[in-house]
Amino acid sequence: MSYQPIPTIDWWAIAPVSIVMVTGIVALLIEMFRPNRNNNTIVAVSLVGLFLAGLSVVPQFSMPFGSSFGGMVVRDYLGLVLQLLLITVCFVAFLFSEPYLREKRIAFAEFYQLALWASAGGMIMVTTENLLMFFLGLEVLGIALYCLTGMCRQELRSEESAMKYFLLGAFGTAFVLMGIAYLYGPTGSLRIDAVSIAVASDQPHFVLMALFGFGLLLVGLCFKSALVPFHQWTPDVYQGAPTNVTAFMASTSKIAAIGALIRVLAAGAPLVSYWFPIMFWVAILSMVVGNFAALVQKDVKRTLGYSSVANGGYMLVAVLAHVQAPEKVSLASTLFFITGYGVMTMGAFAVVSLAARDGKEGTRFQDLHGLWHRAPFAAGCLILFVASLIGVPPTVGFFGKMFIFNDALAAGLLPLALVLAVTSVVSAYYYLGIIQAVFVQEEGAVKNESGRPQAGLNLAVLLCALAIFGISLGAENVLKFMAPAEDGRQPVAERTVAQR
Amino acid sequence: MGTDIPLVWYLVTALFMFVMGGIGVVVRRNPVVVFMCIELMLNATNLTFLAFARYQIASAQTPEAALQAAMSGQMMVIFVMAVAAAEVAVGLGIIMAIFRLKNEAGLDDMSTMRG
Repeated sequence: MSYQPIPTIDWWAIAPVSIVMVTGIVALLIEMFRPNRNNNTIVAVSLVGLFLAGLSVVPQFSMPFGSSFGGMVVRDYLGLVLQLLLITVCFVAFLFSEPYLREKRIAFAEFYQLALWASAGGMIMVTTENLLMFFLGLEVLGIALYCLTGMCRQELRSEESAMKYFLLGAFGTAFVLMGIAYLYGPTGSLRIDAVSIAVASDQPHFVLMALFGFGLLLVGLCFKSALVPFHQWTPDVYQGAPTNVTAFMASTSKIAAIGALIRVLAAGAPLVSYWFPIMFWVAILSMVVGNFAALVQKDVKRTLGYSSVANGGYMLVAVLAHVQAPEKVSLASTLFFITGYGVMTMGAFAVVSLAARDGKEGTRFQDLHGLWHRAPFAAGCLILFVASLIGVPPTVGFFGKMFIFNDALAAGLLPLALVLAVTSVVSAYYYLGIIQAVFVQEEGAVKNESGRPQAGLNLAVLLCALAIFGISLGAENVLKFMAPAEDGRQPVAERTVAQR
Repeated sequence: MGTDIPLVWYLVTALFMFVMGGIGVVVRRNPVVVFMCIELMLNATNLTFLAFARYQIASAQTPEAALQAAMSGQMMVIFVMAVAAAEVAVGLGIIMAIFRLKNEAGLDDMSTMRG
């Protein structure tokens, strides 16, 4: 490789990330100049910034795809859809955060800046094929989330969960880094396709190093995307973090980690015979352990934490189907399911956040008793979110699971499809438990006062509910949008193979 | 070149550090010590990156390719150090917050949440 003149800069490719980052900085400055005031200005500025970032993503769908900045930023359907989704999730989280933070007496403006930067980190993760950028995105996301998890400083469980998240997150980072080092070693390249270069070199010790590095990278990524057997932190962190942070984290970190996992697995195609059986079992274990452990939980947030582990398993099934048969199975159903997951998780946690009142918050099932009377609209929408999480037909959750089921069959992964179907049925039990807690007022149950829903929360819940129906009504079109096969743009796995 | 230390020695040392750090994370009960073990693991990766970067210089075809390949690894080390510093700041902050709440921060006592 020789020295090249500085290429023209593709400003559009970095516009969404830059806008979100700068919005965070602006929000920080506002907070400096307006101490001890309410956060309304900051919320408004953040929402406008996120809206602009979303606007800057949309025209890129019709721009030429490919990588810029020496492969550090890549523009493709996977990246654009996930970026748009990350922005939307952050937007919805901000809508219902302010009333919750006030009820909880932790109305720090820092929530908004850190959440914006975490989003930017996630957006970097899903739009890069460079391992250095991937690592930086991962850490920007991770470090911001450690702070957010421990935001409720008067509550011991918030700090404990921050501690656990931090230690295990940093532990996972060490694995990711060692993996990157051993991919870099034989090839001298930090590009994600270093695996293919190492395998193509035909030197056995290079292949061995790449295998070792790739394995460590996968371990680290499984930590981050909370897949069994690296999921132990998930329920604790979901339970301990403030509920709006849990909502944000459950969606953002899952979306970003699965997006990165898609790229890494696609790049690992030359070694597929080694890692496929392992990831196959990781997917099965995630679905089984996540769903069965959720059955015995007494805390709504913990239950949803295990449910998130199980949903990670479903997503992994879709990714594996794509990697197994890229010519038959596109990434569309993966993206469809992730979108649905983001929307329904946000909605469910938004309703659960109503349990906060006067600086206290109970999140056990009985703490939700009688929510129906105090917040009929939010409670009604919770039915919808839970129905979607179970996979009841007209909702987005049903279509997502159905598409993944079909994909798994098309790719010849019958066991995965069966486990998905069976564990989904099991999951109905604990999801219905949440509904029951909200609607049934048991005799002699503890009476709980929970917060009144505010306009922001109602709006957030309404948006999620509309999205659940909107996406599922237009399922065919959404699917087509997410995998436009006919215009010659190759899916990620095929493109990586073609580059070799 | 004959008297140089071979690449493998660096890799073995780094892996030893990495495994020691990993064992420490699992075995030790004090969050500060656990955190030190994680730092040890990160330093092991830095050593690996630097050894590989030096090896790229020795094995590349042209000086330019050598420069480019070696620089990637060395740049990575700088970023890892910066990120590790940020992690230290956040981690110690969280440990401080726990101390303030209950005057001790052993990992065995962190059992508020169960299920």
